[in-house]
Amino acid sequence: MTTTAHTDTAALALGDDALVLSHRLGEWMGHAPVLEEEVALANIALDLLGQARILLSMAGDEDDLAYLREERAFRNLQLVEQPNGDFAHTIARQLYFSTYQHLLYDRLATGGGPFAGLAAKAVKEVAYHRDHAEQWTLRLGDGTDLSHERMRRACEALWRFTGEMFQPLEGVGTDLTGLETPWLESVGAVLGRAGLETPEGPRTGAWRAGAGRQGLHTEPFGRMLAEMQHLHRSHPGASW
Amino acid sequence: MVTLTPLEAELLAVAGSVPDPELPVLTLQELGVLRAVHVRDTDSVEVELTPTYTGCPAVEAMSTDIERALRDHGVREVTVRTVLIPAWSTDDISAEGRRKLREFGIAPPRAQRTAGPVGITLGPTRTAGQDPEPVRCPNCGSADTELLSRFSSTACKALRRCLDCREPFDHFKEL
Repeated sequence: MTTTAHTDTAALALGDDALVLSHRLGEWMGHAPVLEEEVALANIALDLLGQARILLSMAGDEDDLAYLREERAFRNLQLVEQPNGDFAHTIARQLYFSTYQHLLYDRLATGGGPFAGLAAKAVKEVAYHRDHAEQWTLRLGDGTDLSHERMRRACEALWRFTGEMFQPLEGVGTDLTGLETPWLESVGAVLGRAGLETPEGPRTGAWRAGAGRQGLHTEPFGRMLAEMQHLHRSHPGASW
Repeated sequence: MVTLTPLEAELLAVAGSVPDPELPVLTLQELGVLRAVHVRDTDSVEVELTPTYTGCPAVEAMSTDIERALRDHGVREVTVRTVLIPAWSTDDISAEGRRKLREFGIAPPRAQRTAGPVGITLGPTRTAGQDPEPVRCPNCGSADTELLSRFSSTACKALRRCLDCREPFDHFKEL
């Protein structure tokens, strides 16, 4: 497949989103609240890793890109690098991201561009991710006082990272700003049914939440990368 | 549909007879993941394989198994290429494949009504009386089953439980 430099830019950004969130979800292994949930999070992580491999391979060597880049060279959204927090934080992050990714892939699948093949395949998988996050948002938001409070806190805490998703991205072949309204409607509807209010407040802003696409990341990301990359860097080319 | 030469048809049958590494009751042909076989030279063959899921780790094992089967059949050089378009769907599983899945204790995927993204509604997890085509228990055939988890032992399966015989079972979920 021939790709242009602009396509590489977009492939890297979308690939990094998938890779980083996949790694975060993988951190739940051995720690999830119940076995079924552990399996579910691992499956979602695996789908995302598959997407990441295809996307990063469009931009270069997948292993070099994943394991040998410095923090500033990653182009993922700040949302996906946020730590797992409690289970509600993980679910809120997934709800925000999977809703976005579903809208995005749905458009890319029909656009006929370089991402159409992957998007047509992945949009069906992402529908299950979004559904999973919706189900948990309803259970936690509409559950006990404690679960409601935790879910509310998580939705609020991550809200400020959601504006970045709709900033223009070179080479993606679709207008990302146009996804914002359907995203707000979709997420707002789920939160409403869960008895939660749509958070207020800035979603990007003067204090620069949301510059992951420009290579500026939040403090926890460096530590995540250190863990993700150290084996490959310590033993280059090792395999089993 | 491209017409196959007799040799290509023969090689497609050989590659198609390879069992799925994770669901060995199914062949790759029954799973519907083999897209094409192109004979490039007298003894060089290219096989097109499509993954069930983007991140399906079985693809590499499938490729190795296909290469081995074709080499054993006398082909010198085998290249397995992964293709994404058109995307695989559970509708690509053959009728025979569905029967084997059920026999193996996995509820087969239901046929999908429309193409495109899977429509998912936040409905009840229990299917009896709600769904025109309920997921049936592969053990006792009951239509009264409930969803335990949307993700099970592999990405392609959901975990359900039969409310009659009480057995948990995997459901090959629609994609």
